[in-house]
Amino acid sequence: MALNTVDARGRACPEPVVLTRNALGQFPLGVQVILDNTTARDNVKRFAESKGYQVVAKNDGEDFVLVITK
Amino acid sequence: MSSRKGIILAGGLVGLLAVLLVHFGNPVNMGFCIVCFIRDTAGGLGLHRAGVVQYIRPELIGMALGAWIMALGSGDFKARGGSSPFTRLILGFFVVIGALMFLGCPLRMVLRLAGGDLTAILGLIGFTVGIIIGVLFLNRGFTLKKTYTLNRAEGFLFPAMQIAFFILLIVAPAFVFFSDSGPGSMHAPIAIALIAGLLVGIAAQRTRLCMVGGIRDLIMFKDTHLISGFAAILVVAFVGALITGNFNLGFEGQPVAHNDGLWNFLGMALAGLGSVLLGGCPLRQIILSAEGNIDSAITFIGMLIGAAFAHNFGLASSAAGPTGGGKVAVIIGLVVVVAIGSMNMDKSSDVTMKGDVRLGA
Repeated sequence: MALNTVDARGRACPEPVVLTRNALGQFPLGVQVILDNTTARDNVKRFAESKGYQVVAKNDGEDFVLVITK
Repeated sequence: MSSRKGIILAGGLVGLLAVLLVHFGNPVNMGFCIVCFIRDTAGGLGLHRAGVVQYIRPELIGMALGAWIMALGSGDFKARGGSSPFTRLILGFFVVIGALMFLGCPLRMVLRLAGGDLTAILGLIGFTVGIIIGVLFLNRGFTLKKTYTLNRAEGFLFPAMQIAFFILLIVAPAFVFFSDSGPGSMHAPIAIALIAGLLVGIAAQRTRLCMVGGIRDLIMFKDTHLISGFAAILVVAFVGALITGNFNLGFEGQPVAHNDGLWNFLGMALAGLGSVLLGGCPLRQIILSAEGNIDSAITFIGMLIGAAFAHNFGLASSAAGPTGGGKVAVIIGLVVVVAIGSMNMDKSSDVTMKGDVRLGA
């Protein structure tokens, strides 16, 4: 399944979490989030899991991709 | 170790070390206070001439170096910046103006509460109100825009500056000031303060401990992760103050504090709002700076300038209470920070998140 993508690279926390929250509000089935630092990766992951989503984290070069699905 | 356990342990460590630093000579309820220490360091460097608050604080140096070493080892060290640097400098400036109205950064606010200082309750309420206002801005799309990767060398400048501060402290050339009396004269031995700072820097880097983040995440996301660190500091410092005989419940005669509720409230409202817009409390700014975040290093410089202004122009409170100039400065600060919040809204993320969500990607 192709997922909508949130590009939160370069965003300081808590912005990546806010963007993810807003995106999940719009696309409740899931999104994929691109991040460029471990703090944002962990915060977004914790947020999505607390909302009952499954999160798979992948490394993409210097970046991190979180696949967030129901 | 679960991350929840980690943050509670980090908070407990901060609380414990704060108690020990007071035991070894720091002012009561001031085992750690980032803003007070920045103020003392500004004084030590002669950036202001308030004789009672002049001492280059090794705790700050230790925190920066501990976080730096940890970030280098873990791969978190990455030079980046360019996210509205001048706005951040101004926010850092006014966070300090607010915190010095109250006489403590958010971390010291927790330590004051733990020591039985009930004047900090209105500070905490103001802090929370400031954070709520900040969250309203964040929810409506407040952003200081993206950061960019910089040359690695840029990231080494902040830790290098801290090492330079340490050399000035040890060599003590004639142009470095040391308080003979007042809070600046009360300090734990250099080695103990440095090691305590190192440990806090390491723990805070690993766990991202943040006073502002605790309340912010609870309000925004119902997430209790960061606030559990906040709570751990409170509990351990409370027990420690009881054991060491530094617990003193009441409003009057509290150490390095005043009992003007309105201005304690407004001062911390300013500090809370400014810190939310910055993305973290003064402690967190130090840790981020050490990780190579130049925006936070610029914020640190803003805080240093704010501390120098606060004491050059009589804006900081004392145990006797707030000053007229300080009240004016806090009001100006609230106006400026609200204006910054209002003028940095990204409308696109408000409506359709255009540019951030790509359909069918």
